[in-house]
Amino acid sequence: MGRYVIRRLIQAIPVLIGATFLIYAIVFFLPGDPVQALAGEKRADPIVAEMIRQKYHLNDPFIVQYWDYISGVFRGDLGSSLQGRSVSEMLGEAFPYTVNLALVAFVIEAVVGVAAGVMAALRKGKFLDQLILISTLLVISIPVFVTGFILQLVLGVQLKNDYGIDFFSVSFNEDDGIRAYLLPAFVLASLSLAYVARLTRTSLMETMRADYVRTAVAKGLKRRRVIVRHALRNALIPIVTFLGADLGGLMGGAVITEKIFNMHGIGGLIAQAVYQKQGTIIVGVVTLLVLIYLVTTLLVDMLYAVLDPRIRYE
Amino acid sequence: MPEAARARWVLAVATSVVLVATGCSSGGGGSSSSDTSKTFSYQSSEPQNPLQPANANEVGGGRILQNLFRGLVDYDPSTAKIRMQVADKIDTSDSQTFTVTLKDGWKFHDGTPVHAKNFVDAWNWGATTSNNQINSSWFSDIEGYKDVHPAGGQPTVTTMSGLTVTDDLHFTVKLSNKVSYFEYKLGYIAFSPLPDGFFKDPAGYGQKPVGNGPYQFVSWSHNQEVVTKTFPDYQGVDKPKNGGVVFKMYNTSEAAYADLQSSNLDVIDQVPPSALATYKNDLGNRAIDAPQGAIQNIGFTLYQSDWSSPDKAKVRQGLSMAIDRDTITKTVLQGSRKAASAWVAEGVEGYKEGACGDACKFDPAKAKALITEGGGVPGNKLTITYNADGGHKEWVDAVCNSIRQSTGVDCTGDPKPDFKTARAAITGHQLNGAFRTGWVQDYPLNANFLSDVYRTGAASNDFGYSNPQFDQLAKQADEASSVADTVTGYQKAEAVLPSGMPTIPLWYYRTNSGYSTKVQSVMFDSFGNPAWTQIQVKG
Repeated sequence: MGRYVIRRLIQAIPVLIGATFLIYAIVFFLPGDPVQALAGEKRADPIVAEMIRQKYHLNDPFIVQYWDYISGVFRGDLGSSLQGRSVSEMLGEAFPYTVNLALVAFVIEAVVGVAAGVMAALRKGKFLDQLILISTLLVISIPVFVTGFILQLVLGVQLKNDYGIDFFSVSFNEDDGIRAYLLPAFVLASLSLAYVARLTRTSLMETMRADYVRTAVAKGLKRRRVIVRHALRNALIPIVTFLGADLGGLMGGAVITEKIFNMHGIGGLIAQAVYQKQGTIIVGVVTLLVLIYLVTTLLVDMLYAVLDPRIRYE
Repeated sequence: MPEAARARWVLAVATSVVLVATGCSSGGGGSSSSDTSKTFSYQSSEPQNPLQPANANEVGGGRILQNLFRGLVDYDPSTAKIRMQVADKIDTSDSQTFTVTLKDGWKFHDGTPVHAKNFVDAWNWGATTSNNQINSSWFSDIEGYKDVHPAGGQPTVTTMSGLTVTDDLHFTVKLSNKVSYFEYKLGYIAFSPLPDGFFKDPAGYGQKPVGNGPYQFVSWSHNQEVVTKTFPDYQGVDKPKNGGVVFKMYNTSEAAYADLQSSNLDVIDQVPPSALATYKNDLGNRAIDAPQGAIQNIGFTLYQSDWSSPDKAKVRQGLSMAIDRDTITKTVLQGSRKAASAWVAEGVEGYKEGACGDACKFDPAKAKALITEGGGVPGNKLTITYNADGGHKEWVDAVCNSIRQSTGVDCTGDPKPDFKTARAAITGHQLNGAFRTGWVQDYPLNANFLSDVYRTGAASNDFGYSNPQFDQLAKQADEASSVADTVTGYQKAEAVLPSGMPTIPLWYYRTNSGYSTKVQSVMFDSFGNPAWTQIQVKG
């Protein structure tokens, strides 16, 4: 197992280098002048613009710029934005919000999604099953920003103004603690939640028909034990795969949710960096996301071995 | 005319405030229940650059600096007229050498006095290219600017010869040319004084600015908020009536508007486009609709052979007359703009309604005739380039529809993904025909809308417009002996524009905003900023 993990981690190095190279190249060849973006809607003073370009080596050829950047990264320096702020500092400010949001969303998605899926599978064709199927279909078919704006208006603004219930934050307020994350996390999780519920339902229904479940029932085991230990544990494998891949997606894909609820996480940071064509920030964020993906997929692969004893890594 | 309009508007706000405040006393819409120690929050965006006065070229940083610093002069929020702040008086006999006398007693937030050298040092520092200040071109009128701001390479000196400190309270400014309205420019944030401590650690001061304005800096949590509090020793004419401003950073105006509705935010910048139709209903008498010193135009590539011949001026006049401004501002833009009849925005000193004449009036028949007379639009096709990230698509399409219906010219929009890409295409002359352009006032004087845009070779003359008569009139206006004469001089220069029609004026911007139930006496100036110090927080 240990060797396997080390091998996976070594494999991650070329992936990381390749990813930074690709992203850096894409940003480099984007049209537009990043220094002009600093000056807002007025034309930048050409002399000062040139000074800034020289200061940040923006006139150098692509490969020289990339080499400067990547050698800095290996020294632990992620570079700085054109405004002179250190990228690692900016990541440090933005990342906690995104991580917290993604984790709360992940918990909502996993707990509610799996629970709903299990209930639907066990009451196949009954009212509860129909209800879960229809409501998840509804969630899947509504775009995230619509859910976001509606929940913000109804649970945030109207609940407070009309009924005096000030529970959900209209926009993100750090002082509210975890309460501030509930609404945005639910919005962010809603789509995946629906998928998880449907996936759990199908997967569990299938394993319930498997031979070993029939054997377990025939042995006279309690129904609860059959479902949890024998059926669900096996049914969870595709769900864990989905959840693992989704954790990275929750972090990188929170741009819209972060915007609606005014959270200043990495979604907003990367959107702004792309808009201003600031390569160092974009590459910094993306590298971190790639790392998170690599780690979560590794964790998922190791979880397989826990769920299914037949899987061994050597 | 514009002043009357403004006064009416001020009155409307004042009455609405009276209606809101219960049990209020008389006098300026004030209420006995306001608490001068309480702060209010304002919708802002994260400053893009360090908070140095000569380095803020965008609203996020600019409006914070405006509150932390006071220059020699500023503009009265209700009349847009210039008023003295740190300056006691600014004298000149020849519109080229200005003697500045400071008021005694002004202090920086660190307790050090505001003296003449604080201005001179700050301006020299801001102008010197090696300090990479984005607003450095603001100092270009001053003699010796070219030495600290050479066209290439590092500057050899760091002081401009035109600035001389006489004593603690006096200094002189010598310009390289006559600019009679120079004092109007001095209200811009780049001309703020800087304390001595700044020059030891400019980068550190950029994160923790120390100014001399009505509010002093408390803290800046990046991407969250900038907190300020009232500076008790503030000497300006506009003493704060509240305890400070908290600038809350918002990614989108939608989120800010939702917060305003639930009273988590006190004053917003602009209502989101999605709420334009409903905000007056939502907010009632807390809604604001005020003129702004900004204009939207369509510019032409006069440097292209297709558009350079004198006949084509008629085509441009015709295209202008083919646009139904009134309908578009009312429907597509939902009343957030006002149809333009001049190149200077409404509410600006020297604004002359109707300066554009018939060329800005909707008349399809005449439009068609003029276009034919001028030899038609090249290829009977017009492309309007614009940046797709600024909400311009709707009106560009509407303008094109209007032109197409009135004249049969095949007009289409050409979106560029974002502002910087569009900007690169404009400055790189990679356009074909027409493009979206506009002007937001730097200071509320007509010269700013004309000299900086339509003079031959002016920094924002992206059209390649060159008219000797206009240049001559502008030069005369610059050399006038008083600001009043400058204003009339520039009105004469503006009168030349319809004949060449380098741009088509479309409409003036308006401030569509609002405030929460917690504050009162909220009024917006022509910069689209609230009169910060006058806002009262209910007790």
